Amino acid sequence: MLEYVLAKYNYWIYVVLMMIGLYAMMGKRNLVKKLIGMNIFQTSIILLFVSMGVKKGGATVPILMGDGHGHGEQIIQVADYLNPLPHVLMLTAIVVSIATTGVALATLILIYKRYHTLEEDEIMAIRKEAAAYKTLGT
Amino acid sequence: MIWQLDLILLLFIVICAIAAINIKDLMSAVIILGAYSFFMCLLWTEMGAVDVAFTEASVGAGIGTVLFIAAINKTARRSKD
Repeated sequence: MLEYVLAKYNYWIYVVLMMIGLYAMMGKRNLVKKLIGMNIFQTSIILLFVSMGVKKGGATVPILMGDGHGHGEQIIQVADYLNPLPHVLMLTAIVVSIATTGVALATLILIYKRYHTLEEDEIMAIRKEAAAYKTLGT
Repeated sequence: MIWQLDLILLLFIVICAIAAINIKDLMSAVIILGAYSFFMCLLWTEMGAVDVAFTEASVGAGIGTVLFIAAINKTARRSKD
Protein backbone atom coordinates (compact mmCIF):
# COMPACT_ATOMS: atom_id res chain seq x y z
CA MET A 1 0.00 0.00 0.00
CA LEU A 2 2.74 2.45 1.00
CA GLU A 3 4.82 1.76 -2.08
CA TYR A 4 1.73 2.13 -4.23
CA VAL A 5 1.25 5.62 -2.74
CA LEU A 6 4.94 6.54 -3.08
CA ALA A 7 5.11 5.37 -6.69
CA LYS A 8 2.69 8.14 -7.74
CA TYR A 9 4.72 11.00 -6.20
CA ASN A 10 4.14 13.21 -9.27
CA TYR A 11 0.46 13.30 -8.48
CA TRP A 12 1.13 14.25 -4.85
CA ILE A 13 3.30 17.17 -5.96
CA TYR A 14 0.52 18.12 -8.37
CA VAL A 15 -1.95 18.31 -5.46
CA VAL A 16 0.52 20.38 -3.37
CA LEU A 17 1.10 22.86 -6.21
CA MET A 18 -2.62 23.15 -6.87
CA MET A 19 -3.28 23.96 -3.20
CA ILE A 20 -0.47 26.57 -3.18
CA GLY A 21 -2.04 28.23 -6.22
CA LEU A 22 -5.53 28.09 -4.71
CA TYR A 23 -4.28 29.62 -1.45
CA ALA A 24 -2.59 32.45 -3.34
CA MET A 25 -5.76 33.14 -5.31
CA MET A 26 -8.03 33.18 -2.25
CA GLY A 27 -5.81 34.25 0.67
CA LYS A 28 -3.58 36.98 -0.78
CA ARG A 29 -4.88 40.54 -1.09
CA ASN A 30 -2.55 41.87 -3.79
CA LEU A 31 -3.97 41.37 -7.27
CA VAL A 32 -0.59 40.53 -8.86
CA LYS A 33 -0.10 37.84 -6.20
CA LYS A 34 -3.48 36.40 -7.16
CA LEU A 35 -2.36 36.29 -10.78
CA ILE A 36 0.88 34.49 -9.82
CA GLY A 37 -1.26 31.96 -7.94
CA MET A 38 -3.38 31.42 -11.03
CA ASN A 39 -0.23 30.73 -13.07
CA ILE A 40 0.93 28.15 -10.52
CA PHE A 41 -2.52 26.53 -10.59
CA GLN A 42 -2.46 26.24 -14.38
CA THR A 43 1.02 24.71 -14.52
CA SER A 44 0.02 22.18 -11.85
CA ILE A 45 -2.84 20.99 -14.08
CA ILE A 46 -0.36 20.64 -16.96
CA LEU A 47 1.88 18.59 -14.64
CA LEU A 48 -1.02 16.20 -14.00
CA PHE A 49 -1.67 15.63 -17.70
CA VAL A 50 1.99 15.21 -18.67
CA SER A 51 2.44 12.72 -15.81
CA MET A 52 -0.40 10.64 -17.32
CA GLY A 53 1.57 10.18 -20.54
CA VAL A 54 4.68 8.73 -18.86
CA LYS A 55 5.33 4.98 -19.18
CA LYS A 56 7.79 2.88 -17.26
CA GLY A 57 10.28 0.44 -18.77
CA GLY A 58 12.37 2.43 -21.25
CA ALA A 59 9.63 4.15 -23.25
CA THR A 60 11.02 7.11 -25.22
CA VAL A 61 9.90 10.18 -27.17
CA PRO A 62 7.44 9.19 -29.94
CA ILE A 63 9.70 9.54 -33.02
CA LEU A 64 9.60 6.55 -35.38
CA MET A 65 13.00 5.31 -36.54
CA GLY A 66 13.11 3.88 -40.10
CA ASP A 67 16.24 3.26 -42.19
CA GLY A 68 15.72 6.35 -44.34
CA HIS A 69 14.66 4.54 -47.56
CA GLY A 70 11.10 3.71 -46.65
CA HIS A 71 12.10 0.26 -45.43
CA GLY A 72 12.32 -0.96 -41.90
CA GLU A 73 8.61 -0.61 -41.29
CA GLN A 74 8.55 -3.17 -38.54
CA ILE A 75 5.64 -3.66 -36.20
CA ILE A 76 5.43 -0.71 -33.79
CA GLN A 77 5.16 -1.65 -30.14
CA VAL A 78 3.00 0.83 -28.26
CA ALA A 79 4.86 0.14 -25.01
CA ASP A 80 8.09 1.55 -26.54
CA TYR A 81 6.75 5.09 -26.91
CA LEU A 82 5.26 7.66 -24.56
CA ASN A 83 1.64 8.64 -25.03
CA PRO A 84 1.77 11.91 -27.05
CA LEU A 85 -1.93 12.81 -26.74
CA PRO A 86 -1.73 14.62 -23.33
CA HIS A 87 1.35 16.52 -24.56
CA VAL A 88 -0.54 17.93 -27.55
CA LEU A 89 -3.52 18.90 -25.39
CA MET A 90 -1.25 20.70 -22.91
CA LEU A 91 0.49 22.60 -25.72
CA THR A 92 -2.85 24.35 -26.26
CA ALA A 93 -3.27 24.91 -22.51
CA ILE A 94 0.07 26.78 -22.26
CA VAL A 95 -0.91 29.20 -25.04
CA VAL A 96 -4.34 29.75 -23.47
CA SER A 97 -2.73 30.43 -20.08
CA ILE A 98 -0.40 33.10 -21.49
CA ALA A 99 -3.39 34.74 -23.24
CA THR A 100 -5.40 34.88 -20.01
CA THR A 101 -2.36 36.30 -18.19
CA GLY A 102 -2.06 39.07 -20.79
CA VAL A 103 -5.72 40.05 -20.52
CA ALA A 104 -5.53 39.98 -16.70
CA LEU A 105 -2.45 42.22 -16.67
CA ALA A 106 -4.15 44.73 -18.99
CA THR A 107 -7.12 44.78 -16.60
CA LEU A 108 -4.73 45.33 -13.67
CA ILE A 109 -3.21 48.38 -15.39
CA LEU A 110 -6.73 49.83 -15.90
CA ILE A 111 -7.59 49.17 -12.22
CA TYR A 112 -4.39 50.91 -11.14
CA LYS A 113 -5.14 53.93 -13.33
CA ARG A 114 -8.57 54.30 -11.70
CA TYR A 115 -7.85 53.50 -8.02
CA HIS A 116 -4.04 54.10 -7.74
CA THR A 117 -3.59 50.88 -5.75
CA LEU A 118 -3.58 47.14 -6.39
CA GLU A 119 -4.55 45.97 -2.89
CA GLU A 120 -7.99 44.43 -2.84
CA ASP A 121 -9.07 45.78 0.58
CA GLU A 122 -8.06 49.37 -0.32
CA ILE A 123 -10.01 49.16 -3.58
CA MET A 124 -13.09 47.90 -1.73
CA ALA A 125 -12.75 50.72 0.84
CA ILE A 126 -12.56 53.35 -1.92
CA ARG A 127 -15.61 51.86 -3.64
CA LYS A 128 -17.60 51.76 -0.40
CA GLU A 129 -16.69 55.35 0.40
CA ALA A 130 -17.71 56.48 -3.09
CA ALA A 131 -21.04 54.68 -2.80
CA ALA A 132 -21.76 56.29 0.61
CA TYR A 133 -20.88 59.73 -0.78
CA LYS A 134 -23.22 59.19 -3.72
CA THR A 135 -26.22 58.26 -1.55
CA LEU A 136 -25.44 61.21 0.75
CA GLY A 137 -25.36 63.64 -2.18
CA THR A 138 -28.78 62.69 -3.58
CA MET B 1 12.52 8.91 -16.58
CA ILE B 2 15.19 9.13 -13.86
CA TRP B 3 13.44 9.28 -10.51
CA GLN B 4 16.29 10.99 -8.60
CA LEU B 5 16.39 13.91 -11.06
CA ASP B 6 12.60 13.96 -11.02
CA LEU B 7 12.48 14.31 -7.23
CA ILE B 8 15.12 17.07 -7.15
CA LEU B 9 13.28 19.07 -9.82
CA LEU B 10 9.94 18.64 -8.03
CA LEU B 11 11.52 19.84 -4.78
CA PHE B 12 12.89 22.97 -6.49
CA ILE B 13 9.49 23.58 -8.10
CA VAL B 14 7.67 23.50 -4.76
CA ILE B 15 10.29 25.79 -3.15
CA CYS B 16 9.99 28.29 -6.03
CA ALA B 17 6.17 28.24 -5.83
CA ILE B 18 6.15 28.92 -2.08
CA ALA B 19 8.78 31.66 -2.44
CA ALA B 20 6.91 33.34 -5.31
CA ILE B 21 3.73 33.85 -3.31
CA ASN B 22 5.46 34.89 -0.06
CA ILE B 23 7.88 37.60 -1.20
CA LYS B 24 6.63 41.17 -0.71
CA ASP B 25 8.63 42.71 -3.55
CA LEU B 26 6.57 41.97 -6.66
CA MET B 27 9.52 42.18 -9.07
CA SER B 28 11.39 39.46 -7.14
CA ALA B 29 8.23 37.34 -7.05
CA VAL B 30 7.89 37.55 -10.82
CA ILE B 31 11.54 36.63 -11.41
CA ILE B 32 11.10 33.62 -9.11
CA LEU B 33 8.00 32.69 -11.10
CA GLY B 34 10.20 32.70 -14.21
CA ALA B 35 12.63 30.34 -12.47
CA TYR B 36 9.65 28.15 -11.57
CA SER B 37 8.66 28.01 -15.24
CA PHE B 38 12.17 27.01 -16.28
CA PHE B 39 12.25 24.23 -13.68
CA MET B 40 8.90 23.03 -15.05
CA CYS B 41 10.45 23.06 -18.53
CA LEU B 42 13.36 20.91 -17.31
CA LEU B 43 10.91 18.52 -15.67
CA TRP B 44 9.00 18.06 -18.91
CA THR B 45 12.15 17.44 -20.91
CA GLU B 46 13.01 14.81 -18.34
CA MET B 47 9.53 13.25 -18.67
CA GLY B 48 9.88 13.04 -22.46
CA ALA B 49 7.43 15.82 -23.38
CA VAL B 50 9.90 17.86 -25.46
CA ASP B 51 7.27 19.80 -27.41
CA VAL B 52 5.62 20.99 -24.21
CA ALA B 53 9.05 21.81 -22.80
CA PHE B 54 10.15 24.23 -25.50
CA THR B 55 6.74 25.84 -25.70
CA GLU B 56 6.89 26.44 -21.95
CA ALA B 57 10.45 27.81 -22.14
CA SER B 58 9.63 30.31 -24.90
CA VAL B 59 6.01 31.23 -24.18
CA GLY B 60 5.57 30.57 -20.46
CA ALA B 61 8.91 31.64 -19.05
CA GLY B 62 9.91 34.17 -21.73
CA ILE B 63 6.82 36.09 -22.79
CA GLY B 64 5.04 35.61 -19.45
CA THR B 65 7.88 37.16 -17.45
CA VAL B 66 8.19 40.04 -19.90
CA LEU B 67 4.45 40.79 -19.67
CA PHE B 68 4.55 40.67 -15.87
CA ILE B 69 7.58 43.00 -15.67
CA ALA B 70 5.99 45.47 -18.11
CA ALA B 71 2.78 45.54 -16.05
CA ILE B 72 4.67 46.00 -12.76
CA ASN B 73 6.68 48.87 -14.24
CA LYS B 74 3.39 50.62 -15.09
CA THR B 75 1.85 49.94 -11.64
CA ALA B 76 3.07 49.57 -8.05
CA ARG B 77 6.06 47.42 -7.13
CA ARG B 78 5.37 47.00 -3.42
CA SER B 79 2.86 44.55 -2.04
CA LYS B 80 1.44 44.44 1.47
CA ASP B 81 1.28 40.63 1.80
